[in-house]
Amino acid sequence: MQLETKEHGDIVIIDVKEERMDAHNSGTFKEQMLALFDEGRCRLIINLSNVRFVDSSGLGALVSGFKNASARDGNLKLCGLQPQVRSMFELTRLHRVFEIFTTVEEAQESF
Amino acid sequence: MGDKVEVDITIPGQTRYLGLIGRIGENMVYALAGYAGDREELAYHLNLVLTEAITNAICHANKNNPEKNIQIQISANENQLIMKVFDEGCGFDLQKMAGDEVKQTAECGRGIQIIRRLMDDVAYHRSHNRNVLEMTKKLH
Repeated sequence: MQLETKEHGDIVIIDVKEERMDAHNSGTFKEQMLALFDEGRCRLIINLSNVRFVDSSGLGALVSGFKNASARDGNLKLCGLQPQVRSMFELTRLHRVFEIFTTVEEAQESF
Repeated sequence: MGDKVEVDITIPGQTRYLGLIGRIGENMVYALAGYAGDREELAYHLNLVLTEAITNAICHANKNNPEKNIQIQISANENQLIMKVFDEGCGFDLQKMAGDEVKQTAECGRGIQIIRRLMDDVAYHRSHNRNVLEMTKKLH
């Protein structure tokens, strides 16, 4: 999974550089997030603005990250959802689980 | 030649083919003559249900055996679109997988539910020593 990671204080911003998040790459995405948690970084913003397609495996990886961050008193917030990706969160009702923002800046200010 | 569109493709049971088949599903929507609905939305939904169905076939039915193939047949006419995904594995219990509401923070189990929500008819049965997940979408 191609990711670009930036740090702003104790917040890690992960820019997903993939068009698709599916069963082919969601496993490695989960592992990459776990590596951050192991380093004690548990306040994450996932920028999905490049992602055009997400399936249930991709959603599962994000839920895994959210649960791991919450268990460490952190949080995982999302931003930059394209309309069809946003509709996936609504279809599965996961928009009630995640805090979703339009831009990275808005997500950052919410911490 | 009528307005019927058909695709029949066999892939090895590997997740790296998901994007390719998903794109074929999307492109088929743009080849449908006379569809009056939202093509962009239908294209996304076909990409999604094919991805979910093939992932199920690879992971649950074929138990991640890359030597077992997956066959995908898609056919569409002006009334409906039928997608069949054949696996060579021991199969899975569709009712059991789709029976319970997925817990909101579950990490897996949403695939079959997504297919059921987006398709009009879903069935899984044995067919000549293989299993087939058959999904039908009415087009109007």
